[in-house]
Amino acid sequence: MEITELTVHELIDKLQNKELTATQITQSYVGRMKEKEGDVKAFVTTLGDHAIEQAKSIDQKRENGENLGKYAGIPIGIKDNMCTKGIKTTCSSHMLENFVAPYDATVVEKLEKENIINLGKLNMDEFAMGSSTEHSYFKKTANPWNLNKVPGGSSGGSAAAVSANMVPWALGSDTGGSIRLPASFCGVVGLKPTYGLVSRYGLVAFASSLDQIGPITKDVEDAAILLNLIAGHDEKDTTSVVQEKKDYTANLKKDIKGKKIGVPKEFFGEGINQEVKESLEKAIETYKELGAEIEEFSLDVAQYALATYYIIACAEASSNLGRFDGIRYGYRAKECGNLKEIYKKSRSEGFGAEVKRRIILGTYVLSSGYYDAYYKKAQQVRTLVMKEFEKGFQKYDVILIPTSPTVAFDIGSKSSNPLEMYLADICTVSVNIAGLPGISIPCGVNKEGMPIGMQLIGNKFEEEKLLNMAYAFEQATKFRENYQPQFIK
Amino acid sequence: MSDYETVIGLEVHAELSTKTKIFCSCPTSFGAEPNTHTCPICMAMPGTLPVLNEKVVEYAVKAGLATNCEISKNSKNDRKNYFYPDLPKSYQISQFDKPLCEHGYVEIDADDGTKKQIRLLRIHIEEDAGKLNHDEFGGGSLVDLNRAGVPLIEIVSEPDLRSSQEAEQYLKKLKSILEYIEVSDCKMQEGSLRADVNVSVRKKGETKFGTRTEMKNMNSFRSIVRAIEYEANRQIDVLEDGGKIEQETLRWDEVSGKTFSMRDKEDAQDYRYFPDPDLVAIRLSDEYIENIKKQLPELPETRKQRYLEEYHLTEKDANIISSSKYLADLFEKASEICNNPKAVNNWIISDISKILNETEMEPIEIPFDCNQLAKLVILIDKGTISSSIAKKVLVELFENPRDPEEIIKEKGWIQISDEGAIKEVVLKVLSENPQSIADYKAGKDKALGFLVGQAMKQTKGQANPQMLNKMFIEEINKN
Repeated sequence: MEITELTVHELIDKLQNKELTATQITQSYVGRMKEKEGDVKAFVTTLGDHAIEQAKSIDQKRENGENLGKYAGIPIGIKDNMCTKGIKTTCSSHMLENFVAPYDATVVEKLEKENIINLGKLNMDEFAMGSSTEHSYFKKTANPWNLNKVPGGSSGGSAAAVSANMVPWALGSDTGGSIRLPASFCGVVGLKPTYGLVSRYGLVAFASSLDQIGPITKDVEDAAILLNLIAGHDEKDTTSVVQEKKDYTANLKKDIKGKKIGVPKEFFGEGINQEVKESLEKAIETYKELGAEIEEFSLDVAQYALATYYIIACAEASSNLGRFDGIRYGYRAKECGNLKEIYKKSRSEGFGAEVKRRIILGTYVLSSGYYDAYYKKAQQVRTLVMKEFEKGFQKYDVILIPTSPTVAFDIGSKSSNPLEMYLADICTVSVNIAGLPGISIPCGVNKEGMPIGMQLIGNKFEEEKLLNMAYAFEQATKFRENYQPQFIK
Repeated sequence: MSDYETVIGLEVHAELSTKTKIFCSCPTSFGAEPNTHTCPICMAMPGTLPVLNEKVVEYAVKAGLATNCEISKNSKNDRKNYFYPDLPKSYQISQFDKPLCEHGYVEIDADDGTKKQIRLLRIHIEEDAGKLNHDEFGGGSLVDLNRAGVPLIEIVSEPDLRSSQEAEQYLKKLKSILEYIEVSDCKMQEGSLRADVNVSVRKKGETKFGTRTEMKNMNSFRSIVRAIEYEANRQIDVLEDGGKIEQETLRWDEVSGKTFSMRDKEDAQDYRYFPDPDLVAIRLSDEYIENIKKQLPELPETRKQRYLEEYHLTEKDANIISSSKYLADLFEKASEICNNPKAVNNWIISDISKILNETEMEPIEIPFDCNQLAKLVILIDKGTISSSIAKKVLVELFENPRDPEEIIKEKGWIQISDEGAIKEVVLKVLSENPQSIADYKAGKDKALGFLVGQAMKQTKGQANPQMLNKMFIEEINKN
């Protein structure tokens, strides 16, 4: 088996019993990256040579008997909206094409402390706005299963790179499904943690009340390991929650017999692709075989989640992105006659169409005279959605729905119709609205061989249970052993 | 013109004297090199997040309690969105619909001599913006973000003020309270206390308010008083001529003493306030508020009462001294040391106040301390120096503060109380002024004063005036 086909927990074992060195691992990944990047186009910035240097130094230190911890020398890829000191953080935007932050995001700092090696910064929809990674200023990332299809978004670079074995695991960010949707489209595991579990410091904000950083990995165990590394209160982010440190791998392998799974019928009705539906139904059967109890229920407020999401997310974005004004950093238009022109031209030229669309939408819903009808109403619906989920979790351990009503679509097929693109998020946004943890795991492929994702939603801060349920399914179905991306051209 | 009354409301911005900024740990001190008191957070670099400085909440609650406000136990921060280069995030974190403090009042002496309560609508916390420096050489503008994120409280009064004098009184009272509770140094020339002034006029007896105009960022009592008077008169003239007042923001021009319309703003700003999702709600317990209440120091009004009762100061003197925490502390401490409060009071009310006025110095900038002032009084009481020498010592204390005893030694200002030396001067002055002797004998008491004055002049003020007096009378009567 190729090194790049191994999961991270396998790599950790092999590093520990000295079957592999950090240099071997890193070199394999750099090699794979070079081989596949032309097809997949997952990276905005690659750090190959630098990564290998780092790996060599880690091996040297290990040989000298230094205790660097068991993760030292494992490479990773990072979505390009998390700040990395001295390395460009572009958000896949012309606006930040040459932006280099003088600080690390808290998650990046945590990984560096473990001597985890950054292989590069991964492509995304500009400022994380999009569901296909087609809104990147630099390139359109392709889906490794079929290069004519989108990898999903906005963490499309992260999901595609993990799927194509170009990185062993990656960090993504999820505001309305941006980890789970691409994980689903690319046949990998994507976890959006509970809002407040992972620090947002250094994550370039899209919508502050929804954004959350999480792992995109080859399997559930890797997701638990990476969550262990990034979770925890950060005094630099007051929305990050103070709580006891947990080991998310501890309960992974527990029996799930007797666990209750709620299946909201609204997510299996109209609009869902037949093959996706069948695959999910099969997954439900698998859970029954594993001893879980399945019950259908109604989550009807969820139908308003998408509208609510786009109002809140755009409102916050319109304010968050105001700082990109051409004054202190980032793109500034040339030949501006006055201040107003600096703002107007820099922002018109620096942002792409989708970002501008959302800024305009967000500005509108916050405007006096419209605030009550849109933003305030959306916050009220948000409270209702939260309550509805709370009710659900009084009865169920987890809720099971599709990650997306469809599999990955063709590049270019939706990019001219924003509304249709927004509908791709219909199954994922309510989780963000309610601040819950959600995980997408592959549950099959369609006739064309494109992966289908199943989404499990847990109660707040119940990632352990969520991961346990996901792990049981993964072990029972062995998706990775049966299916691999084919790079169909 | 007397048919009209002026209605004034003030929005006062006071910079809080916390050590660090409101959302990051940069220092708040004034006067540093541009952009040296900055970090990624107050420069609004991507991905950075604000963390609320708890001291800011504490100081604002203090201010609220000292002005009789209700303290909100459940408050939050909101974003006020607008673009300007001195506002790096393109929004100011402020408070919109849930301010920390509400419904307070400040008591002033009204024009008619009665006490009057000026109601406070609210006090909220917010961050200051940076500063633009227009470069004289390059022609461009430079942004200095040292001030960006310095904590402010905005104190909004109800339109309860009816004259420029009342407005001035109110501001002075507010300033004095903020100084007493030590939440702001209130240095107006550094902009740490500034006010937006809202003015309207209406016919006396009218219950509805007239249309108001606003003058922003005023930072001296004198210009506020002048601006209110000018603006009220302007509005009355417009109305008398049958015109209408337009609600607008005006610019006060100190040089011409006029207000000007600021027409460069195309349309009304829509700040699109919404709750800041980066910050959690501010929740205060009863215990927390009680604790701050307990720690509140004596406020100006209470001190004034104490001065009337304990020290028997006149109402006017007690007012002046208690108005400034620094003066009040100076008074009490110096009095205790020299055990002569009456003398300390006199020095503060007359000579010290005079110098402060002449040099436009704030009491807090007085360079000498209570020990030095007390020493001055003691030296007079002991007869070591005369009060005219003491005045010279005081000037010296302002210029180069040190031990008054050292000053008089150094300057050779010790009082001449040697009888022989005094007699010598008296005889000399008498021989030079025969006319004065005649005048005195003719019953003109003033002549004695003149003679003493001449003797003081010749001794450079060092002669003991009582001895001079006595000896002049003795010598004249001898003849």
